[in-house]
Amino acid sequence: MRAALASRDGRLWLGVGAFCLLCFLLAPRVVWIGEYPDALVIPFASWITTGMSAFVDSFRWLFRALAALVDVPLVGVRTALQATPWLVVMVLACALAWRARGPGLALLTACALGYMVVTGYWVQSMNTLALVVVSVPLSVAVGFGMGVAAAYSERVNRIVQPTLDFMQTIPAFAYLIPILFLFGFGPAVGLIASAIYAAPPMVRNTILGLRSVPAGVRESGVMSGCTPRQGFWQVEVPTALPQIMVGVNQTTMAALSMVIIAAIIGGFDDIGWEVLSTMRKAQFGQSLLAGLVIALLAIVLDRISFGLARNRFAGETPDERAARRQRTWATAVALALGALLLAMLFPVFDDYPRDLRVYPAGQLNEAVNWFLRHYSGAMDALKNTVLFFGMLPFRIGLNQAVSPFTWGFALEPWMTAAYGVAAAALFLWLLWRGRAGGALAVALVAVLLWWGTTGLPWPVVIAAATALGFQTGGLRTAGFVAASLIFVLVNGLWEPLMLSVYLCGIAVAISFAIGGALGVWAAHNDGVSAFLRPINDTLQTMPQFVLLIPALMLFKVGEFTALLAIISYAIVPPVRYVEHALRNLPQGTVEAARQMGCTPWQILTQVKLPLALPGIMLGLNQTIMYALSMLVIAALVGTQGLGQQVYLALSQADMGMGVVTGLSMALLAMTADRILQAASRRHQEKLAVGTAAPA
Amino acid sequence: MPERETPPAKLSCRHLWKVFGGLPTGFRAEADAREMAEAMRAEGRIPAVVDANFDVGAGEIFVIMGLSGSGKSTLVRCLSRLIEADAGEVLLDGQDILKKSSRELVEIRRHKMGMVFQDFGLLPHLSVLENVAFPLKVQGMAEEARRKRAQEMIELVGLEGRESAYPRQLSGGQQQRVGIARSLAVEPDLWFLDEPFSALDPLIRRQMQDEFLRLQRMLNKTIVFITHDFMEALKLADRIAIMKDGEIVQIAPPAEIVLRPADAYVAEFASEAPLSRLLTARDVMTPGAAAAGDLPKVPAGMTLDDVTAEFLRSGAERLAVMDAERGCVGTVASEEVARAVARRDADRESA
Ligand SMILES: Nc1ncnc2c1ncn2[C@@H]1O[C@H](COP(=O)(O)OP(=O)(O)OP(=O)(O)O)[C@@H](O)[C@H]1O
Ligand SMILES: [Mg+2]
Repeated sequence: MRAALASRDGRLWLGVGAFCLLCFLLAPRVVWIGEYPDALVIPFASWITTGMSAFVDSFRWLFRALAALVDVPLVGVRTALQATPWLVVMVLACALAWRARGPGLALLTACALGYMVVTGYWVQSMNTLALVVVSVPLSVAVGFGMGVAAAYSERVNRIVQPTLDFMQTIPAFAYLIPILFLFGFGPAVGLIASAIYAAPPMVRNTILGLRSVPAGVRESGVMSGCTPRQGFWQVEVPTALPQIMVGVNQTTMAALSMVIIAAIIGGFDDIGWEVLSTMRKAQFGQSLLAGLVIALLAIVLDRISFGLARNRFAGETPDERAARRQRTWATAVALALGALLLAMLFPVFDDYPRDLRVYPAGQLNEAVNWFLRHYSGAMDALKNTVLFFGMLPFRIGLNQAVSPFTWGFALEPWMTAAYGVAAAALFLWLLWRGRAGGALAVALVAVLLWWGTTGLPWPVVIAAATALGFQTGGLRTAGFVAASLIFVLVNGLWEPLMLSVYLCGIAVAISFAIGGALGVWAAHNDGVSAFLRPINDTLQTMPQFVLLIPALMLFKVGEFTALLAIISYAIVPPVRYVEHALRNLPQGTVEAARQMGCTPWQILTQVKLPLALPGIMLGLNQTIMYALSMLVIAALVGTQGLGQQVYLALSQADMGMGVVTGLSMALLAMTADRILQAASRRHQEKLAVGTAAPA
Repeated sequence: MPERETPPAKLSCRHLWKVFGGLPTGFRAEADAREMAEAMRAEGRIPAVVDANFDVGAGEIFVIMGLSGSGKSTLVRCLSRLIEADAGEVLLDGQDILKKSSRELVEIRRHKMGMVFQDFGLLPHLSVLENVAFPLKVQGMAEEARRKRAQEMIELVGLEGRESAYPRQLSGGQQQRVGIARSLAVEPDLWFLDEPFSALDPLIRRQMQDEFLRLQRMLNKTIVFITHDFMEALKLADRIAIMKDGEIVQIAPPAEIVLRPADAYVAEFASEAPLSRLLTARDVMTPGAAAAGDLPKVPAGMTLDDVTAEFLRSGAERLAVMDAERGCVGTVASEEVARAVARRDADRESA
């Protein structure tokens, strides 16, 4: 115990503890410790707004011209999709799906498009599709170009990589704000935003693909007498193509996701807007039906672009391949012409009549209402239990959460004392057992639970987080953590930050607990694994928007709904990463443990989990990233915090606010990322050292 | 072989240097190479090719042998200019290819050079036929013509029937046959092979070596062949260059390497050689036709294994060694054979 206290980390935390104690003691007397004074807020946001206004005023013509420029192909594609009879579009889409994967996918495509026709969402779906169709080639072209530049030039790469990292931590909504500011309202905003938002995966995969072309392949191209240009286009790009196509697939999904999010600015009769507006009017049946369109669109786009990435026709001669291509095209054209003819003869196939629509929104609403009527007691109980006993203490702390209204009794002094004594006892016991890490965790959680994220004085949070950064990653990480938090603080966003930390923290804790358990289960049971995989795939391809609908239907607007939505999105990474990490352990070690007579439980807890820890940490990292990105979307269903601030900035077209808040969220994400990565590195070093020095 | 007259040099390498990390400023080609290399290593540079000098005659199989990391690949990549040498000359038909512009180089590769890679270097997205036709395609040969030519090459390496397979569907040996066919498609004079068989199983490797010798008898290319396998070098080479730490320590025909290794490093390799299969009657005979009389005759190129068998079969004490052109060139006694084969064991014991 004395050793633990005397170590470098021990002294660090002793100091932090003393500092925090001082803060707590002074907080009631010194106001600015409890709450950062408004007078000290630095108005970065309004400076940015002013600066940008000046900039935009002088360059408005340029951006408006650009917007008009990208509007041309958009209008073209949209008009073409609208004017073409739906049957023809469907036939062509099915032909593409068949070519990509086979008859199964063609059938799925037909069903998905059929659903859009029958429910009457055809026009909106095609408008959304038009945005995707125009923005994906833009992203792909830009992403490919940047990827090539970075793959061949180390100097470019050194700029591109951190930019990509940064871009991927900025919440999706935040992209919209500057673009809105520059380009004004209109479909071009969604287009440009999604083209930018969706480019990073293309860049990453292009770099990865080109860099992993084997030297032998590249050299054999040179020795075959390729000019540099021939070598690039005929040797390197085709060899890297599978990886590049993975990029196209991811870019397509990101573009769709952003197009849906961009619907929030409105002005474009698309399916995202349909969901959003019905959701705002609490027409859940309608928004569910429209949400299903998005889900189907996502699944079909994903499968088609993924299918195109693979070459399924190995083993045919070039002649056969050419012949098959010709056949496919001929068939597609023939079918399309047939469909066109049909559409001209029977208008049903051109413009699906309104009175043939199947639109069970009313019934759905009734069903939901019926369900809510019958089970509202249970649902409310569930919601209130989680709210009062789980969420509230985290937010405002036990010292305020425990009240007759919520917990059914008031907080007596003896309870406070008992809490303190119990926490201290556990802390000291762990310390005495030499488990300094556990003791530290107990202390942090006990303090956090008592005061809540919003009740903690800001110096305490900054000191603890910085110390954590220092302990895991040294001075650099500590500096980054402190700078990030202080940036948020001086921008007057401390309160929203803490609310975000609270909601995300709970969501991450629950997602990670449930998802991790599922991952462990899936790692040991192939059936479970096979069952979970398609669910995970679907949750992950789904534009985040859609996940709000079911939660909203059942629990109405509120933090609990937001929590559910965040969890449903953030639960995927822990399942995946934990399963993957556990399934890819060195077999020898596990078998040796079994040989030594460990029980399965002992093997899991004492061998597998410690060994798999780096992979699991990566999963935790991803869980946090997913939760943060969903947090902004969840602001739509009523959360407070940074997400809400971004959303507000967007609706007020407040450039400065949007930039500062978006940046704050990115910094929060990066802070979590840095600390976790540093911790993971430390752990890995320990493992490596452990194996190198058996004594 | 000593008697064979040296063919005109097709490829010559003069004072070639390649130093990873760059040549130091005070570099002088005339200075003592070994000393200079040591100095470079001390500075943290990696001299991968140190003052390489050799000639490869037309139609010769020139094998470069050395342990892993001795600079073989680097040397052959300098010869083909896949990487740029730092100093020296590489003369192909008397012209320094290190001075060629990149455009001229493309032309040279399109018509004069072929190369086979250790990891095959096949293009994964092309079928066997398209892979073999690839060098012809990039020079703009018409589709029909290049397909015909590629088909011939595929038949040459015995892969007919697999034209439409993709590389990942082939075994390692088959993939390397594709690599060989592709490198031969442009009918190069000069053929580089960088450890072409190292990635293959021993059995397949032996088969491919025989195949390689068969091809060479038909095609008569000028060959630079890299290997780290001494037996392979002995089996295939007309002459062997042995590399150590970037330096060529000996260049000689196989028998001479084995019989007269230049230093302890070479001797270490040579000690593994199965002398009785490697040395021929010519290597151990007593020259002079006078004593031949009417002794039983053996060809000069017969290995000592077979010569021993001939002694046992004929029961003779001495055999006449016959050269195809010059008739009897010497005689060989059974104890001479025995001494040559046993020499190595004696060496070992005395060591
Ligand atoms: N691009 C490079 N940069 C720095 N050093 C290199 C590079 N390529 C090779 N080397 C070094 O040059 C030396 C010779 O390498 P080379 O690949 O030519 O060896 P090799 O004889 O072909 O070995 P192997 O049998 O393993 O193929 C090695 O020490 C290697 O580490
Ligand atoms: Mg090599």
